[in-house]
Amino acid sequence: MTDLLTVQNLRIAFPSRHGPVEVVRGVSFAMGKERLGIVGESGSGKSLTGRAILGLTPPPGKATAEKLEFDGIDLREATRSQWHDIRGERISMVMQDPKFSLNPVMTIGRQLMETYRTHRRSTRAEAHERGLEMLNAVQIRDPDRVMNAYPHELSGGMGQRAMIAMMLVTEPELLIADEPTSALDVTVQIEVLRILDRLVSDRGMGLIFISHDLRLVSSFCDRVLVMYAGQVVEEVKATDLANASHPYTKGLFNCLPRIEGGQRPLPILERDADWAL
Amino acid sequence: MRAPSAFLWQVTKLLATLALTFIGLLLVTFLIGRIVPVDPVLAVVGDRASQSVYDKAYIELGLDKPLYEQFWIYMTKMVTGDLGQSFLTKKDIADDILRVFPATLELATVGILIGTVLGLPLGVLAAVKKGKLADQLVRVLGLVGYSAPIFWLGLLGLLVFYAKLGWVAGPGRIDIGYEYSVTQTTGLLLIDSAMQGQWDAFRNVVSHIILPASLLGYFSMAYISRMTRSFMLNELAQEYITTARVKGVPEWRIIWIHALRNAAVPLVTVIALSYASLLEGSVLTETVFAWPGLGQYLTNSLQNADMNAVLGGTMVIGVIFVGLNLLSDLLYTLLDPRVRRRG
Repeated sequence: MTDLLTVQNLRIAFPSRHGPVEVVRGVSFAMGKERLGIVGESGSGKSLTGRAILGLTPPPGKATAEKLEFDGIDLREATRSQWHDIRGERISMVMQDPKFSLNPVMTIGRQLMETYRTHRRSTRAEAHERGLEMLNAVQIRDPDRVMNAYPHELSGGMGQRAMIAMMLVTEPELLIADEPTSALDVTVQIEVLRILDRLVSDRGMGLIFISHDLRLVSSFCDRVLVMYAGQVVEEVKATDLANASHPYTKGLFNCLPRIEGGQRPLPILERDADWAL
Repeated sequence: MRAPSAFLWQVTKLLATLALTFIGLLLVTFLIGRIVPVDPVLAVVGDRASQSVYDKAYIELGLDKPLYEQFWIYMTKMVTGDLGQSFLTKKDIADDILRVFPATLELATVGILIGTVLGLPLGVLAAVKKGKLADQLVRVLGLVGYSAPIFWLGLLGLLVFYAKLGWVAGPGRIDIGYEYSVTQTTGLLLIDSAMQGQWDAFRNVVSHIILPASLLGYFSMAYISRMTRSFMLNELAQEYITTARVKGVPEWRIIWIHALRNAAVPLVTVIALSYASLLEGSVLTETVFAWPGLGQYLTNSLQNADMNAVLGGTMVIGVIFVGLNLLSDLLYTLLDPRVRRRG
């Protein structure tokens, strides 16, 4: 399998009074059109890794890498027009919370059509049609209403479906999902994940699924990167998680509550200062 | 569409708020009128009147009645548009104000247009180029606008552009030669002269207004650009901007459509209040440029202890202020879908 995305020794640093602080410290991985999970606790650098792939490291942060390649394009050196062809067209990202990630003064329809019309030469009517199709695909029952609705008029689950529709309307090859369900109610999470799951399978695209939820990631992805303090501490097949070798991964895994056999108190996740070295 | 009762309720609420604000305003001006150490009777009869004349005027003015009754009389008069008579001009104050207000309105409107047209893009530019040279330049420009005394800039402007270069006309609204050829229907000379097709007069008016309006425009530009910059910085840091970038939306669209459209919501209030402050009569500017507007009228009245005129003028300014606030609220509702449709 040829690699769709190659990341080698990615480092992201933020300036501080005491010199630059590295928050991502040498992340490397390669992936094809598969499902890669990135897990880690908050601050482990997983979201920043996802954004760096799209060249959207929030300033004043700086991302450097030995290699950052998408389908043969060197993303470190990508020009404005190359980015235009990549962002939203070949790589998309579903953001965390639809309450903040949708423009509050634009209707869902306008935002959805904007993605499409940025990348496809089309009339308003065609874009509208595609938008409706896409809203159908994310199982929104009344797409006509949602097209004309403003983000605040939708529930979190609906908003996130609209977000997914907006990011997939151009049929990208790689989707980065940055904690796509963390802001949603537990009951809604499963629905949204199912939709995402089906769309990713149907369209055969690559997926980077970023989450702090180990169980979710392991049930959803083929392969899991476990990040700790800006580094990948372990890469493991999702099915092999139980046999993970790194103590941090084991710790995370053991923390998961199980329905059978009440395990109280839950074990505490022990952190070893050596892991961060 | 929601049930009409919700809408009616909203309108009622709005009207009630307006009425309350108005009564408050009346109360304040009324009290000012009683507190200032100017004897309204003396202003009428002069300081050499006999005691009997004084007493007669005292009763005629209703000053012997209890305060609440005086307030009631004052209020009913104000509501019917009777602002009383000026001691100075012996005319109805309402007429006086109607005569001077168009001058201020015209100046303020051209001023706020200049201020907005310049201030908005400059503020956006400063936000986009935050920390870079362009940002610094805009900020310095704004700082000078904030801190330079307007009468000084006005005199300097007159000296340079009128006296030395002769690019613009001097003080006043229009040259005397044209003054009587233009029939004043709206009182706004730009509109009157243009409607009557008197283009020479129109050019003359433009040449008169351009300097003071630019000056006022510069001051509101300083404020508007600064607020635009801060609102834009706030919007550009939001998540939905990242979403737009992820979508591949070109940067100009992100700035001018996504971010500015959101920043426009609070900006409306800023511009409206800025406009209100210009409409209140820019006393110094009107003095320097011998502009026969509300500011000059009020200064004159104040200097001559013409309290009726001062209070009438204050009342008008208050109404303008409330009106513009109302307008900005309405625009707010139009621009922000989250405020709309709230019962």
